[in-house]
Amino acid sequence: MADLEALTKAFSGIGVDENSLISILANSNHEHKKSLRKGCSKFFIEDDNGFERLHQSTVKNLKLEFKRFRDAVVLSLLHPWERDARLIEKALKQGPRHYSVIVEIACTRSSDELLGARKAYHSLFDHSIEEDLASRIKGSERKLLVALVSAYRYEGPKVDEDVAKSEAEILSSAIKSADKRKPIEDEDAIMILSTRSKPHLQAVYEHYSKICGKTITEDLEAEGILKDTVECLCTPATYFTRVLEAALSVDADEESKRALTRVIVTQKEFMVKEGNVLNKIQGILTGSYKDFVLGLVAGGKN
Amino acid sequence: MATIDVPHQVSFLEDAEALRKACKGWGTDEKAIISVLGHRNAAQRKQIRLAYEELYQEDLIKRLESELSGDFEKAVYRWVLDPADRDAVLANVAIKKISPDHHVIIEISCTRSPEELLALRRAYQARYKHSLEEDVAAHTKGDIRKLLVALVSAFRYDGEEINTRRANSEANILHDAIKDEAFNHEEVIRILSTRSKMQLMATFNCYRDDQGTTITKKLLGESGDEFLVALRTAVRCLNDPKKYFEKVLRNSIKGIGTDEDALTRVIVTRAEKDLKEIKDLYHKRNSMPLEQAVAKDTSGDYEAFLLTLLGKED
Repeated sequence: MADLEALTKAFSGIGVDENSLISILANSNHEHKKSLRKGCSKFFIEDDNGFERLHQSTVKNLKLEFKRFRDAVVLSLLHPWERDARLIEKALKQGPRHYSVIVEIACTRSSDELLGARKAYHSLFDHSIEEDLASRIKGSERKLLVALVSAYRYEGPKVDEDVAKSEAEILSSAIKSADKRKPIEDEDAIMILSTRSKPHLQAVYEHYSKICGKTITEDLEAEGILKDTVECLCTPATYFTRVLEAALSVDADEESKRALTRVIVTQKEFMVKEGNVLNKIQGILTGSYKDFVLGLVAGGKN
Repeated sequence: MATIDVPHQVSFLEDAEALRKACKGWGTDEKAIISVLGHRNAAQRKQIRLAYEELYQEDLIKRLESELSGDFEKAVYRWVLDPADRDAVLANVAIKKISPDHHVIIEISCTRSPEELLALRRAYQARYKHSLEEDVAAHTKGDIRKLLVALVSAFRYDGEEINTRRANSEANILHDAIKDEAFNHEEVIRILSTRSKMQLMATFNCYRDDQGTTITKKLLGESGDEFLVALRTAVRCLNDPKKYFEKVLRNSIKGIGTDEDALTRVIVTRAEKDLKEIKDLYHKRNSMPLEQAVAKDTSGDYEAFLLTLLGKED
């Protein structure tokens, strides 16, 4: 029945199709709803006690999908400093699987934007970001994350090629010695990645490829947030494309999907250029969430 | 409290003219320079520089650099700069020495407010086209490097909130870390470089209450261990900066010879902040006013300038 298909579709994208839901359900009587439930095995299961029960996983997913528009609106309304401070605090609370968000913010914002986030964090949470990261993160990522968040990088174009070349060599040997010491804990690697300017690091990236025959991100494939760090600093477009594609893939989990809102809201200029992803968005997103996201991208030139 | 004596009414144009007059011709009227610049605060000095530039199409600082010399010139140069710019210069000088002056970097990063430290980082970039932290990282090694980079990168929470439970537990962490000869440097660096100053003072107090001795006394070890020395300096600067500055002054003056760099640095950087309290501490500790000690140990225009900054009447 057409309504059954429409209902399934309304709940099957990223976001929910509010208008469809209104037209299907607002005037729906008891019999109609019963037939919807009975027909919709994707979301409802016949309970032994004689009623059609909503899948537990559907309860959870619906909650998340309804929230998506709300979260996008709030995130886009917040001052960028508050937004980044809250994203970092949340990521820290959620644990190691979410630390890439901290890397993303620390490495893709300008020096002053990151500084602003640090100030906002003081106001919001009565602590500095670095003290919370340093005291809560116990694992090997701690030093790198604290260092990245504390950076106030020089933003001029000046690069010393000789220094860049020797730092590429330092990174290369840190990666090669992975069996003796995790590259993410290598002091020199941390210093280079957390204190040097972005143009300098891009030069380091180039020299590394020349020296090693592979890009540094290829060599860091197994290194989680260390790879994210290098990508965000040297090839942010690659990083964001990767994150967006993961969010839009068929088996995307909630964490990946949430990246969609975050990246689109915070990287409007990048989104404007990303034709490929935009097409996918048309097909996969739905409802107010989709309208809002497309609106953000269209207005991305401001 | 500040020690410099600033008049109520100030005309930047007149000041610029007076300075020009002092520099024109064969000689230089150092007394005139001291009597103007030595009695102006940072905001006024900035205006005077602008007025001078407008009137004479020349940078006052460059003119002073060429007219003056020696310790006097160094002192006046540092005095005339904006505080953030001055800190950047002091940091850079400390870093670029063959053997970097760790204690100066620690002093600056630990005694400035979070906003002042940020201003320093910006000024440093504008001047040297590198970030402060990358230059510190490039000129130091090992645990000292970790400590210094962390201290200069800090943007501490500036509030009064303290967590007593945490102060206690971190005092214990510090105690354990210091006890083991094989220091756990990571935890010490973490605590000292990320906690707010109020929180740290609470932590140091807990340490003293629990251990019966201050943490600085506990850190008195081999003076050959430069990391220990650096830690001690950091703790002293964070815990009681005025007391620290008094000691720097005392050491710069006592004995044969004078450490003019240290003497100038402390007087110039604190004259508009807390030099009055530091002077009082000095007097108490040494039974002699600081002015007297400075007069005994320095001479000429350099001495006159320092005394003016210390608040001596002309």
